[in-house]
Amino acid sequence: MSLTPDDVRRLARLARIDLEAEESHAVLDRLNQVLGLIDEMRRVDTQGIEPMSHAVDVSQRLRADEALEPDRRDAYQSVAPAVQEGLYLVPKVIE
Amino acid sequence: MLNSTLLELSGLLAAKKLSSVELTRACLERIGRLNAELNAFISFDEDKALAAARRADERRSKGDAAALTGIPIAHKDLFCTTAFRTTCGSRMLENYTSPYDAHVVSELERAGMPLVGKCNMDEFGMGSSNENSYFGPARNPWDKRLVPGGSSGGSAAAVAARLVPVATGTDTGGSIRQPAALSGVSGIKPTYGVCSRYGMVAFASSLDQAGVLGKCAADLALVLTAMAGFDERDSTSLERPKEDYSRALGRSVKGLRIGLPKQYFADGVDPDVRQRVDDAIRWYESQGAMRVEVDLPNAALGVSVYYVIAPAEASSNLSRFDGVRYGHRAKEYDDLAGMYSRTRAEGFGAEVKRRILVGTYVLSHGYYDAYYLQAQKVRRLIARDFTMAFQRCDVLMGPVAPSTAFAIGAKADDPVQMYLGDIFTVPASLAGLPCLSIPCGFDRKGLPVGLQLMGNYFAEADLLGVASRYQEATDWHVRVPKETPL
Repeated sequence: MSLTPDDVRRLARLARIDLEAEESHAVLDRLNQVLGLIDEMRRVDTQGIEPMSHAVDVSQRLRADEALEPDRRDAYQSVAPAVQEGLYLVPKVIE
Repeated sequence: MLNSTLLELSGLLAAKKLSSVELTRACLERIGRLNAELNAFISFDEDKALAAARRADERRSKGDAAALTGIPIAHKDLFCTTAFRTTCGSRMLENYTSPYDAHVVSELERAGMPLVGKCNMDEFGMGSSNENSYFGPARNPWDKRLVPGGSSGGSAAAVAARLVPVATGTDTGGSIRQPAALSGVSGIKPTYGVCSRYGMVAFASSLDQAGVLGKCAADLALVLTAMAGFDERDSTSLERPKEDYSRALGRSVKGLRIGLPKQYFADGVDPDVRQRVDDAIRWYESQGAMRVEVDLPNAALGVSVYYVIAPAEASSNLSRFDGVRYGHRAKEYDDLAGMYSRTRAEGFGAEVKRRILVGTYVLSHGYYDAYYLQAQKVRRLIARDFTMAFQRCDVLMGPVAPSTAFAIGAKADDPVQMYLGDIFTVPASLAGLPCLSIPCGFDRKGLPVGLQLMGNYFAEADLLGVASRYQEATDWHVRVPKETPL
């Protein structure tokens, strides 16, 4: 099945990526090529097959619920585009 | 000196015939002279590298040096480093310097390897040619009009041109083996979970694995031994005792059962590639190894499965780049949603956007079962094929890529054509198996061909042993590109 220009606009919105009008035409073509390629695996009979969600089957490790990391807020915030008094700044959300 | 093995360099350093400062300076001199053309490095820094080399020399003089102490290394630019920025080949992280080091980076620093710089790569590891780098394509030292392969293309080009003795890389669907093959160097991707992913910027978490690109299997074994091992900060790191990956080097291959997957020798493989791979297998036979034909009936579905799973996981992983906590932020926007979508539109390149959109689609409501879940089921079938095959053989061999290096721009307009080049590397990645590429000759144009070795889970040492035996008898791996003579 093929995507329509509307589908691409919807996906771009979901993925939070602005697509220019002329860009979205090329993207539509390319996405349809890729979907054509991945269609191949949709036709395989996989009844009764357990999905493989990871490369090696191991169970999730647990550890005691204790704080291990030191507070490095300043270091982590030093690479942020905009911070103030330990907070990340974003455009106003609520008027 | 720059064509010596790590063990030889280590011996020279130990015997005080060479200092780390001298060796590191020789690398920096070469980088300074050749990098403008090869674009193998995104960042390098003479002062930092020489300071690290001096520390290594001091360590040696105090007598607490390890085998690798003083031997310079470069990291693929998606390993977080405090000493250098970590760009992932993306505008999004053009000016990002991590507040912490990746586990692999710390381990190799602990081993005393001076870090000279960070290698070029396809943006976030998405690509097979290094053309998807915001910093421009890295070039193949064997012919600068050609791609070095990808995504670890800068690492491969750097080792091939002898700018550094060894470099790290990462492999999600072939990103170590394919550039190693196209650039004529050796490269290993260990079993998933052997190297910690802590501080390795995530592309597709169920597949991403760190590895090494170097001149020969013995070099890979030394570096892998230093960087592998359990790390509790990576939830998928495997709790296994430390291993010496050099332990099987030089071991006889008499009686070795070499599985040849018939799907890896089908039509579509360049005749020269096929011939060189066949020559290598015949060499093993001459040493007492046996050929076993095996079947991987679902391997051909690998590319199709991979291009569902990897984009799906990427779309989720890359949602962290929102212009809030790190990385690029757009200058102009109306509101929060606009800030996110302008930031991501400006920060990501075309291929990354495409993969995020594909991933968003296959995970979206109503399609999850048909695509992502189905892909995970077929992934199981592919992994089972390998399990069956390894009941009949000790190692699998075949080509790494269907062709040798191609021209920059040749496949840029056709993503599907580019994806199909991953056909022989993706299956072992999906199964999480260790695999290796070593040089096995040249095609009629003088371009390197890679032999792929795939082993069962945790068979890294055996694979390296099998590879080293071949390299003791051949000299493909010590040849240096004519365009970058020593």
